[in-house]
Amino acid sequence: MSIVTLQLGQCGNQIGFEVFDALFSDSHCPQRLCSKRENEAYQASCKERFFSEEENGVPIARAVLVDMEPKVINQTLLKAAQSGRWKYGQHSGFCQKQGSGNNWAYGYSVHGPRHEEPILNLIQKEAEKCDSLSGFFIIMSMAGGTGSGLGAFVTQNLQDQYSSSLKMNQIIWPYGTGEVIVQNYNSILTLSHLYRSSDALLVHENDAVHKICAKLMNIKHISFSDINQVLAHQLGSVFQPTYSAEGSFHYRRNPLGIDWQVRPPLSGLPTLGKTSLNKELHFNTSIANLLILRGKDVHSADLGGFKDPALYTSWLAPDNAFNVWKTQRAFSKYEKSAALVSNSQFLVKPLDVIVGKAWNMFASKAYIHQYTKFGIEEEDFLDSFTLLEQVVASYRNL
Amino acid sequence: MLTKQRGPGGPAPSRYGNEETPVHVHGFLTEKLSLNLDKSVTTSATCGSSVTYGTSAPSESAVGEPGGCEGRRGLPRSLGWPPCSMTQSVVVQGKLRVEGGTPLARSQAASFATNVRSVSFLSLFLSLIAVGQCGNQIGCCFWDLALREHAAVNQKGIYDEAISSFFRNVDTRVVGDGGSISKGKICSLKARAVLIDMEEGVVNEILQGPLRDVFDTKQLITDISGSGNNWAVGHRVFGNLYQEQILEKLRKSAEHCDCLQCFFIIHSMGGGTGSGLGTFLLKVLEDEFPEVYRLVTSVYPSGEDDVITSPYNSILAMKELNEHADCVLPIDNQSLFDIISKIDLMVNSGKLGTTIKPKSLVTSSAGASKKRQEKPFDAMNNIVANLLLNLTSSARFEGSLNMDLNEISMNLVPFPQLHYLVSSLTPLYTLADVNIPPRRLDQMFSDAFSKHHQLIQADPKHNLYLACALMVRGNVQISDLRRNIERLKPSLQFVSWNQEGWKTSLCSVPPVGHSYSLLALANNTCVKPTFVELRERFMRLYKKKAHLHHYLQIEGMEESCFTEAVSSLSALIQEYNQLDATKSMPVEDLPRLSIAV
Repeated sequence: MSIVTLQLGQCGNQIGFEVFDALFSDSHCPQRLCSKRENEAYQASCKERFFSEEENGVPIARAVLVDMEPKVINQTLLKAAQSGRWKYGQHSGFCQKQGSGNNWAYGYSVHGPRHEEPILNLIQKEAEKCDSLSGFFIIMSMAGGTGSGLGAFVTQNLQDQYSSSLKMNQIIWPYGTGEVIVQNYNSILTLSHLYRSSDALLVHENDAVHKICAKLMNIKHISFSDINQVLAHQLGSVFQPTYSAEGSFHYRRNPLGIDWQVRPPLSGLPTLGKTSLNKELHFNTSIANLLILRGKDVHSADLGGFKDPALYTSWLAPDNAFNVWKTQRAFSKYEKSAALVSNSQFLVKPLDVIVGKAWNMFASKAYIHQYTKFGIEEEDFLDSFTLLEQVVASYRNL
Repeated sequence: MLTKQRGPGGPAPSRYGNEETPVHVHGFLTEKLSLNLDKSVTTSATCGSSVTYGTSAPSESAVGEPGGCEGRRGLPRSLGWPPCSMTQSVVVQGKLRVEGGTPLARSQAASFATNVRSVSFLSLFLSLIAVGQCGNQIGCCFWDLALREHAAVNQKGIYDEAISSFFRNVDTRVVGDGGSISKGKICSLKARAVLIDMEEGVVNEILQGPLRDVFDTKQLITDISGSGNNWAVGHRVFGNLYQEQILEKLRKSAEHCDCLQCFFIIHSMGGGTGSGLGTFLLKVLEDEFPEVYRLVTSVYPSGEDDVITSPYNSILAMKELNEHADCVLPIDNQSLFDIISKIDLMVNSGKLGTTIKPKSLVTSSAGASKKRQEKPFDAMNNIVANLLLNLTSSARFEGSLNMDLNEISMNLVPFPQLHYLVSSLTPLYTLADVNIPPRRLDQMFSDAFSKHHQLIQADPKHNLYLACALMVRGNVQISDLRRNIERLKPSLQFVSWNQEGWKTSLCSVPPVGHSYSLLALANNTCVKPTFVELRERFMRLYKKKAHLHHYLQIEGMEESCFTEAVSSLSALIQEYNQLDATKSMPVEDLPRLSIAV
């Protein structure tokens, strides 16, 4: 089954390139730690998901590139083509001349409707190329105008048009100390809209990845390229094929097929008072964890620690909340590697901080005129705040 | 690779305006190819490519000749085109032979065969309008710098996206309009500029100087009598007289653009033309092009200004700036002069191992006026020209964190009336023709906040920030930026609701001859003293009704114009006062919405 990737805005396009590059490099990595036949199955699975066939054998990424100004897309297309190993489709890019000006309202209310048709046509073409479409992977940032506003608009449209396909949004959380002054507004508007139309929000914080580059990788002068490569590495290790069931040697067909739905217990959630007294927030409670193991000795790994009930909220049994995927095939020349995708309280604090800052700014009405100019009114802001406060509260009460 | 798509491949191809079968060419060239054309055609390069063209028969593969300037002329009028794909354009009519590049590229391009025509030229434009003596002198410096910057960056002489933002590529062999050539080798560059002055002196000098070919004579509006340092003459008399002409020139200039993003207006506040006619222009632009940003660079009169009525002119102009400009960058001569003095000191001290650069770029503009006698204002004007170049660099050139011009207003203007931005350019030596070994990168950031580096008399460090933008050029990474923000933050005061009010951009292309540079734009209450002082100077004159009759004798001018203007300024000052009052208050988080779970 295939995934169609949607790269939106400068961030989305820059990251998207690194992701495809990482996937391709891993797929053709010489050290595999597995049999040749195994490797071929892996490669075929990876290919089916992310690349389509081209006459002269150069794989084409299953991607649609969208930006409201041309420089980044041009560069991205060029870089891919120059690599000679894979590339983007010739007609898979859509761009305009004038950006969104870091304005969520402009991206959502002006660019969205104006360019709805050509963008959705591009997506449809790409989707039709797939034998079987698993879903969409949308890469965007929250802080800017195109990724955030247009991203929210497009996701909503995909919800309507492709309701049976999964939509996963990869969201980049901006640095706490400004990249964009109105980033908090853009973030809350994005998140509140995506909450209604996306199936899963996969979050990466620039601050966190930056720390990885600085502390774990000891890079002296960290550039966005470094950050994007770390991100791509993480995403690659999540998306590359794994076995579909314990012991089986077929690669799972549906890459996004985690059971994303979290079902609260039939008896209803426990009342507030009790749980919040017992659990302090220093212990991160999860609703779901997915562990992905690749490489040597995957089958003998001891996973007991992940099944500790203390890790999970009281109304979930660890067996329901914990999943593990494995493959013997090593990822990107790492003899052993592990990735953890977690739906937990980890993001409550950052989210709370963003909502708080946006709220303070909103109270003074700063910058609001820039949004009302394009049809996003104060009520829309209030709706967003309400929704996100609910999210924060729900997670806090796990 | 070059590819073609025949027939109505995309949405509504027939809009691409010629009577033959319209075909789109999408794609980009990734290697150097020579296209030898049997017939003369209009050709163009696509972004990111390096294509050279030959014009004639295969035997004469003249690489480097401009591709067919005969043939189909001009572009269809592009206003109202909804560009719906990102094609870069065009090519060829007739047989095409391809040489060079890899076999793969050649076969791809060759399968591209004959009778392919097409279209599309997406461009983003910035248009510069210089009004009055000061405005035009600065404007001239700007164009000189812009040309030199593009010449240094664009070594192959291909008319690319970056150049197209400020210049049109025109074939001057064709009579009449000199229709624009899409892309390809640069034939002749015309600045996207409109020059307005009510005296002929400065504009004439420009037209006789080395930059004469850069300006389209049809983009000038001049008169002979001048405005007599009288805002009312500039605004009302000349405004009325030239309104139609101005509109016409502007429309013409906009017609050549698919997407006009911003008007840059340069003028001074203290005189008559720049001040009066310049601000009249703002209203016209707002009505005619409401979607296009109006960014105004205004030179405010210094304390020892020699024009007696400059306070009147400035206050009357301020009202217009308050109401009709999107963003104003105030500058004053004293600050520019101080900066020049500092640079001279650095150079003459000889301590830092400075050497005079052989190839000048900056303070001594080789192009603008008579070479040997440097007029005192030349060096100062170059600083302002650099400001504009750096402001637009991230929109023109690539980088890892781009910043368009509309992002300036979005991020730096929290309330519509507070749109005055204090600017600083560092390191100073990027403003001089000197080779100073680069000091620590961090020094550049520190200097940006010092009151000695601001382009008006202002001290941002000791006042309140509403927002701040850092636009970096050159070999600087995000970690350098972040480190410096973290380092400097504690010494700066930001308004309570915008504690992390930073907007950042990284452009990969440095200013010519240097490794990096920084432009800082601050929306800060430190502009207030300039306005307060202006008001005081105004009141000193106005109380005595000195020189008032010169203004009142102009039709439409009454005393109420003055009182309204001064109260507009007072209201603005009051806004800044209110913000300053919050400076020492503790920052508290407001109570949040409470939700029933």
